[in-house]
Amino acid sequence: MKYRIFVKGLWENNAVFKQVLGMCPVLAVTTSAINGIAMGVASTVVLVCSNMVVSLIKNIIPSKVRIPTYIVVIAAFVTIIDLLMNAYFHDIHKVLGLFVPLIVVNCMILGRAESFASKNNLSNSIMDGLGVGIGFTMALFLLGSIREILGNGSIFNFYILSENFEPAVIMILPPGAFITLGFLLFLVNYIDDIGKHKE
Amino acid sequence: MSFLFLFISAVLVNNFVLNRFLGICPFFGVSKKLDTALGMTFAVIFVMTIASIITWLIQYTILEPFDLAYLQTIVYILVIASLVQLVEMIIEKVSPVLYNNLGIFLPLITTNCAILGVALLNIQYNFSFFEMFVFSFGSAVGFGLALVLFSSIREKIELADVPYYFKGLPIAFITAGILALAFMGFTGLIKIG
Repeated sequence: MKYRIFVKGLWENNAVFKQVLGMCPVLAVTTSAINGIAMGVASTVVLVCSNMVVSLIKNIIPSKVRIPTYIVVIAAFVTIIDLLMNAYFHDIHKVLGLFVPLIVVNCMILGRAESFASKNNLSNSIMDGLGVGIGFTMALFLLGSIREILGNGSIFNFYILSENFEPAVIMILPPGAFITLGFLLFLVNYIDDIGKHKE
Repeated sequence: MSFLFLFISAVLVNNFVLNRFLGICPFFGVSKKLDTALGMTFAVIFVMTIASIITWLIQYTILEPFDLAYLQTIVYILVIASLVQLVEMIIEKVSPVLYNNLGIFLPLITTNCAILGVALLNIQYNFSFFEMFVFSFGSAVGFGLALVLFSSIREKIELADVPYYFKGLPIAFITAGILALAFMGFTGLIKIG
């Protein structure tokens, strides 16, 4: 049961490919694979923590003020992550810049709090947070690697393509983000359709 | 830097949606029809300018004198959320016509990361009050410009014969990519730090 919640988060509830939520960081920070992973991990930590707290306090929040409460809970964890990253991973914090505090308004996190954590018990909420968070991280990693390989010829700063490869700089510039994600969403549609035919 | 340069760079060169990737959710969410895009544009211009002024004032009159800068994120998001509510109530009282046009878009604005983004950028860039005002207003206009252009294109795409698996969001993203490519032409226009 718990395992199933986790797996569901990876693909069926995938924030990027299925629900198309939290697009701002997805497009902005995926100029390289490592940035994508860093952003994904930061969002996952916030998501798991906020899911945990929301599920613990779900019975004492009046339903009228639940959304502001969720936002305050999320904002508190984002502040913690922001300060921790600034202290221990200063370089990557500088690269992600504005998008670390902006995790607050990532609709994925608020979405999971509202649609899952507020209705389920603690352990299920943690599993859901982990699943959705890791799914989000994988999507960011995928997008980041594609853009880094095509735009820079490298992955994790290792140059894997031959000298003759002329990097397409456009891929690490803003338009590349939109175009890559467009093609990935096309692939998701295609894979889903094949799955349906098999059933 | 002159205010005109700042304005142009916020609208065209560092366009919020197409260059900085802020406010992507409403950009794709409400861009199916030109009318709704226009409504959203005015709501964003309105809220973004007011939210920037208030958060800027809070930063320099409350947070910094009392050494509370680390509470920035929490305070800002609360200010924006309550501001949106307040603006909604005031507009409803003062101008029912405007309320009918903007009504549904106002609650959506709370989760628009462009609003929080511009508030944080104002502080990051150490803007003076008037620079902050011009930058916020320009950013909102830039957001609106991109949104209106994009929704006009999307209305046309509705009629086009798009390959089956590209229908809906995939083609929208690729269109946005091409629009971003076009906006990159402005890059050389002005240099901002």
